[in-house]
Amino acid sequence: MFGPENDPGSSFVTLLRRVGIEPFGVGDATGGVAPLTPHATTVLALRFDGGVVMAGDRRATVGNRISNREMEKLMPADRFSGVAISGSAGPAMDMIKVFQLQLEHYEKLDGRAISLEGKANQLSQLVRANLPAAMQGFGVYPIFAGYDLLRETGRLWDFDGTGGRYEERDFVATGSGGGVAGTVLKVGFRPAMPVEEAVTLACRALHEAADVDAATGGADALRGIYPVVATITKDGWMRRADDDLAPRFEAFRTEQRAIMEGGAS
Amino acid sequence: MNQPFYVSPEQVMKDRADYARKGIARGRALVAVQYVDGIVLVAENTSNTLRKISEIYDRIGFAGVGKYNEFDSLRRFGVRNADVKGYQYSRDDVEARSLANEYAQILGQTFTHEMKPLEVEILVAEVGFTQESDQLFHIMYDGTLVDEQGMSVLGGDAEAISARLSETWRKEDDLRAAVRGCVAALCGPDRTLGADDTEVAVLSRSNGRRCFRRLDDVEVSGFLA
Repeated sequence: MFGPENDPGSSFVTLLRRVGIEPFGVGDATGGVAPLTPHATTVLALRFDGGVVMAGDRRATVGNRISNREMEKLMPADRFSGVAISGSAGPAMDMIKVFQLQLEHYEKLDGRAISLEGKANQLSQLVRANLPAAMQGFGVYPIFAGYDLLRETGRLWDFDGTGGRYEERDFVATGSGGGVAGTVLKVGFRPAMPVEEAVTLACRALHEAADVDAATGGADALRGIYPVVATITKDGWMRRADDDLAPRFEAFRTEQRAIMEGGAS
Repeated sequence: MNQPFYVSPEQVMKDRADYARKGIARGRALVAVQYVDGIVLVAENTSNTLRKISEIYDRIGFAGVGKYNEFDSLRRFGVRNADVKGYQYSRDDVEARSLANEYAQILGQTFTHEMKPLEVEILVAEVGFTQESDQLFHIMYDGTLVDEQGMSVLGGDAEAISARLSETWRKEDDLRAAVRGCVAALCGPDRTLGADDTEVAVLSRSNGRRCFRRLDDVEVSGFLA
């Protein structure tokens, strides 16, 4: 038990350090080129009339090789928020784990959850703590989104490698396919979209990103692997089932086929 | 008159135990019982903000009676201990038994080595995947650790409450029956308790990863009606 003078409060990271565990231990791994490690790619989020949709493809790459086809880069942070990562997969997975634990730890110790803005701020501090690793090529670039119970609306943020936190108005996409995905979202976005349209737009953005970017995985109907797509509303986090996503990707392919065959669709 | 008198160790321990027991008996009692879907914990508590029952980990709950600041710091210790262990190993490696042992050590050490014993009794409850593997660990002010079967009563007047509870409690009860039985046992034949005066929480097998859930006043008064 901690005395009043060295009590770590509600912070899980401070607690870990008090008991002698360094959660971001990169030490002095200086010099040289960063070894090739798995990278996670395209993730995105957009607002709709009842909250936010988040989505992430499933591919992880090491250099030009696919290292994992089933990686889940989008995870619930807690009941009312989600976090999606692009960048170096190892540190990113660790960061998400610490972030999830931090939110739960605070909630249990204090008896109530952190505000959505407070959660974004917490994640920003974790990203900043990873800056030395980012300088060596192990950067983590998350997206954070959730339903703000105080303001009764969906909100979303992206982050740079220094922990810079930017709240976006409507949508955001990052990672190697983020440019393409962001453009698709920009063209297709309308304020206060119904949820089903927003989910389809998110799928479309990933589909187009995968079409152009080799590091982004599209829907893999052969293996039955589909992107992770989730909605967050006042009722909390809800992941979309593959059965719900498959017809949407099938529709994109049908459309493409019709165009290639010269028929009007 | 600074010359210390000889006091026998028996007397020291007895005085400390009396002191702790008195402190605990001043507060209101708390019961925990198994029901068909897990464990329900019911405390007599007029405060809506200072909790006696709380969540430690996915399947583990904590309850304390006696001096609030003392059992609350034990609760915080439990949450920290569990979260660090889950981070270092796996969520599956966090269990009530080892936490109950640590609590017993802390309470025992304090009882024998400090001027003032902790005036608390605590309960560490773990809901299993089946009813047979549910666990209730009751830890006394002096570090005595008891592994209880099916039901547990903490605080002042525990014997009378326990006698009333054992007449009505069945482990096949649904949540409604279990809550009613617990409240009836807590208040006895001469008075009644409403939802406002109680704090109720469950560790429920059907609640997803985090089994702990508080029942609000509306739900509790629905059960008591």
